[in-house]
Amino acid sequence: MPSRLFRGILLLGAALCAAGASSACQPQSEPSSKTLYYFTWSDYVGPGLLESFEQQTGAKVVVDTFSSNEELLAKLQSGASGYDVTVPSDFMVSVMMKQGLLAELDPAKIPNAGRLAKGLEKLPVDPEHRFSMPYLWGTVGIGYDSGAIPTPPDSWSVLWDERYKGKISMLNDQREVFGAVLRSMGQSMNTRDPAIIEQAKARLLKQKPLVKTYTSDHFDHLLASGEVVLAHGWGGPVARAMALKPSIKYVVPKEGATIWADCLVIPRTSRNKELAMQFINYLLDREVAARTSERLLFASANREAKALVKASVRDNPAVYPDEATLGHLEWMLDVGDALRSYDRAWTELKMK
Amino acid sequence: MKSLARHRRGLLPASLANLVFLYAPIVVLIVFSFNAARLPTAWEGFSLQWYVLLVRDHALAAALQNSVLIAAVSTVIATLLGVSAAVGLERLPWRRRVWLEGALLLPLVIPEVMMGVALLLLFVLVKMPLGLLTVTIGHAAFNVPVVLVIVRSRLHKLDPQLEEAARDLGATPWRAFRRVTLPLLQPAIVGAALLAFTVSLDDFVVTFFTAGPGATTLPLKVYSMIKTGISPEINALSTILVLASMGLVGLSLLFQRKRVHA
Amino acid sequence: MTTDSTGSRTNVCHRAWVLVPALIWMGLFFFLPLLIVLLISFASRGTYGGVEWTFTLANYRDLADPLYLWIYLRSCALALATTGLCLCLGFPLAYYIAGEPARRQGIWLMLVLIPFWTNFLVRTYAWMDVLRTDGLLNTVSMGAGLTSDPIEILYTDAAVLIGLVYGYLPFMVLPLYAAIERMDRSLIEAARDLYAPGWAVFVRVIVPLAKPGIVAGCLLVFTPSLGAYITPDLLGGARSMMIGNFIQHEYLVVRDWPLGSAASFVLMAMVSAGVWAYQRAGGERLL
Repeated sequence: MPSRLFRGILLLGAALCAAGASSACQPQSEPSSKTLYYFTWSDYVGPGLLESFEQQTGAKVVVDTFSSNEELLAKLQSGASGYDVTVPSDFMVSVMMKQGLLAELDPAKIPNAGRLAKGLEKLPVDPEHRFSMPYLWGTVGIGYDSGAIPTPPDSWSVLWDERYKGKISMLNDQREVFGAVLRSMGQSMNTRDPAIIEQAKARLLKQKPLVKTYTSDHFDHLLASGEVVLAHGWGGPVARAMALKPSIKYVVPKEGATIWADCLVIPRTSRNKELAMQFINYLLDREVAARTSERLLFASANREAKALVKASVRDNPAVYPDEATLGHLEWMLDVGDALRSYDRAWTELKMK
Repeated sequence: MKSLARHRRGLLPASLANLVFLYAPIVVLIVFSFNAARLPTAWEGFSLQWYVLLVRDHALAAALQNSVLIAAVSTVIATLLGVSAAVGLERLPWRRRVWLEGALLLPLVIPEVMMGVALLLLFVLVKMPLGLLTVTIGHAAFNVPVVLVIVRSRLHKLDPQLEEAARDLGATPWRAFRRVTLPLLQPAIVGAALLAFTVSLDDFVVTFFTAGPGATTLPLKVYSMIKTGISPEINALSTILVLASMGLVGLSLLFQRKRVHA
Repeated sequence: MTTDSTGSRTNVCHRAWVLVPALIWMGLFFFLPLLIVLLISFASRGTYGGVEWTFTLANYRDLADPLYLWIYLRSCALALATTGLCLCLGFPLAYYIAGEPARRQGIWLMLVLIPFWTNFLVRTYAWMDVLRTDGLLNTVSMGAGLTSDPIEILYTDAAVLIGLVYGYLPFMVLPLYAAIERMDRSLIEAARDLYAPGWAVFVRVIVPLAKPGIVAGCLLVFTPSLGAYITPDLLGGARSMMIGNFIQHEYLVVRDWPLGSAASFVLMAMVSAGVWAYQRAGGERLL
């Protein structure tokens, strides 16, 4: 091979190396006012939602995603420190507050934080919104194919029904799965009693042979394609599946389920707190919130946004929980040290 | 040899079956990337729409950029280190050489998960923020053995007397190396670099543990797409990746086999 | 300039230092991290994750718990099954290739290797596509009338097994081919000339002669399958987990780094045992 070519390749490599070194060093050392790093749920990414922010501020938004609160916490704890805005769930906000991971918000910079939607007034975490702003909220329930299930289910126990063996999917989320089984047992999903957690684990182990897969990401696809007929999940993705297959319906079991609110926070290590607050303000704007709600099929925490959402979305109980359901919902809380019992039980469930 | 031939003919169907097993999934993948239907249940006609969708995807373009950048930088580092290690090892007395070589080749053997978490812990302890830099470091680390193995095997086959002859004729050791050994090694070096580049482009596990904000690479993106559900877009992306990998490795092997012109 | 022993020692001094940059880099970014993992495996866990530097053997003790032992056993079982299947599938193929004329051998080996060089994620995804309820497998088997209900194979151990065999088959075929190629064919001929039945020729002559290749192939398949991550993650549906997934689970879900580190080290020990056994069995260099 001609040595010229060889030298050329070496030079090209060196040039790329230099370019790489300079661009790799940049985000670490200088605060770039032009890029916002947004770490959010994989369900919260959709087309056409961030462009006008990018146009208004001239900033670029780089989006990374996660699919569970534990994953978020693990990433933040292991030094993924460049994120400017992230979206933990309510109980995870309190964990992060306790660990000092969050930066304080300046309400003057977030004028769009309007009144909260009905149902969110009792949000137990950070009531003064010093560190977090509720963004999207909803319930957890069961998505089911009414074509395959003769009587509409109304209880968690349908997920333990032998008739649907191999056609059930559960969330891949420790607290949610335990929440479901604990409620089905008539217990609080925030119990700290190890004996009760053991019983819950035993029930889950009995259920495991019936479960096709544990997934937080694609149970909507599984429902729509008919691979599962019962899916434990958040309302939003079930609403997505409804659009693909009209026989899909959503129910919040009568024993009670989770009410959740995902909140926008700024990690303390963010280098762009001003821009981050602008971004939060943008997301909470009435119009933007309404559009977000319609595209992503989740309920907006902003009360005024609801009026602007089109009727088909607003009246869908999978998206906007109705009055009747609001009665038997429970907020998930941080369980402190008892988390270890949950951790171990969850590991055992996954590994057996 | 007649008995052997009869013996073997019976194995042809089994061997072909093996090949079918090896290629069928990939072929299915490629074929369905051209399927017009969204839900991959039936064939609904030939279409390039998924490829078009890929081209328009900004996040994907950013991931590709990251992947190429990381691959380029880590390959250069790994090649420099690997070649120097190969040359250095050759000059060592046999005993020490075996040990050191074994140590340097260790990353090829240990599970990737271990390497990923080990690097993660290192970065956490020294409080280095995760990002493009940390991923690049990790890639350079596991690519050094890749380069080392290929260059070493070529170096091993070279006649040591060539370089000695050059020095006998008055050249300094460096000059002898540069003018005699290095050109002879060129094909192996380029081949090794191409292979390292491909390995870096394709890496998932180590990247998964060491990536941070804005450091999403193509495999990471593919992984999150897969988690969100099977779809023809992934098929299209996979097809491109398959063809790219095959192309790069083919090039690499071509370089390694070339005869060097004196 | 002489080429005697003094000359070559000067050579060593001159040239061996070139090794140093590589040693430093690998020392810093490979051996040091492994050392850190070892150290952390003796530390304790903070309440919400993270590390508290108090020395304890509790992590290793915990691993002796039946739950965790079960994970290692399962992984070993899956890895063994993978090895066995690879052997059954790979041996005929290797034998066939070894008997081909030299140029065609190259082509066959190429064909075996090419899928191996593509992205592992993509290959695993390809199997997800084939094995799902309305994927190719079910379409073909139901269409051909072999089954009336779809075979639910995705997200089971069987799917993980298929994925592992698929991924590591070349690691079995190559060493087998190398060993068979070197076999003395006249011995097989001799056995046949002595009227030995086919199976006897196989068991008494071919297998013992190919033993180095068999041993190498088995170890080369067993070791990486033990530490597999992507295959059980994607094809297992978060219900069919192996050690690699367990380690990820401990680090990124439960955030118990000390336990995860201890688990990693036990895996490392198992892998090292495999490699050591390979060396002892007269490990052949593949490259």
